[in-house]
Amino acid sequence: MLSALDKKILNAVQEELPLDSRPFAIIAERLHTDEETILTRLETLRKDGFLRRIGAYFDSDALGYQGTLVALRVIPEKLPEVAEKVNRFSGVTHNYEREGEYNLWFTLQTVSADQTREILHELHALPGVEDMLELPSAKKYKVRVQFRL
Amino acid sequence: MIEEKDWRIVCALADGLPITYRPYAVLAKKAGMEEEEFLSRLGELKKRGVLRRVGAVIQHRQAGFSANALCAWIVPNERLDEVGTAVSHEEAVSHCYSRAPVSQWPYNFYVMIHAQDRKTCEEIADRIADDCHLGERKTFYSVREWKKESMRYHGGD
Repeated sequence: MLSALDKKILNAVQEELPLDSRPFAIIAERLHTDEETILTRLETLRKDGFLRRIGAYFDSDALGYQGTLVALRVIPEKLPEVAEKVNRFSGVTHNYEREGEYNLWFTLQTVSADQTREILHELHALPGVEDMLELPSAKKYKVRVQFRL
Repeated sequence: MIEEKDWRIVCALADGLPITYRPYAVLAKKAGMEEEEFLSRLGELKKRGVLRRVGAVIQHRQAGFSANALCAWIVPNERLDEVGTAVSHEEAVSHCYSRAPVSQWPYNFYVMIHAQDRKTCEEIADRIADDCHLGERKTFYSVREWKKESMRYHGGD
């Protein structure tokens, strides 16, 4: 299980990693420990499956991408097949099976409306897909994936 | 505008940061520049809002967040900003967007809520609805993750 220090480390690195040559040394100082300990714990947390990654998160709009949320209603026996087809598109970053009247939800980022249209046209035509909702974002109020441990 | 050198930085970051003493030095090498330039350009991108943040993403299910719900409401257009701003202050909320409704589906306000269990998740969603005077809610709990990865951007070439 997660120790008190592990939780502190995960909270701190989720918050933000400093843009500094030695970012983990800064985190270490804040948590009153040393850089070596931070690196060792993070590596262990990653191996144990608690830490997914440390990454840079960009505003996709600013990079010229447009994002949409898509919901599909798929007949249950076809769902795994459809989910795998959806996964093949590199612009699909999140794809979740959910309970409810629409059971497969994914996000799609592309560089053009044409590209989005083509991909969705192809997915809509898959066997087992009964309905599709395309819900492009109008306004982003929050994107902050942070879990307080 | 994103300069060619900035695109090299974006691409070098596609696989995330290595867990090592000087992670940006490793990435700078990949991008073909000095660590100092890499960091100063990244800092500029941050100032401009192109970079949201550098940080960790945890496996939230593994860490005990097993109830993850996408909630949808119908919010009158003139109230979207007020409600969106209020909801974005909720710690349990990771994503909050307004979206254009479609004819067969009038829901225009979408919120991702994460909690340890469904009871807690429902309580949070109910409280949000109470606080913001929202009506009927559609709730979609995730039951399986088919894909979750970071976007790989391509550009500048």
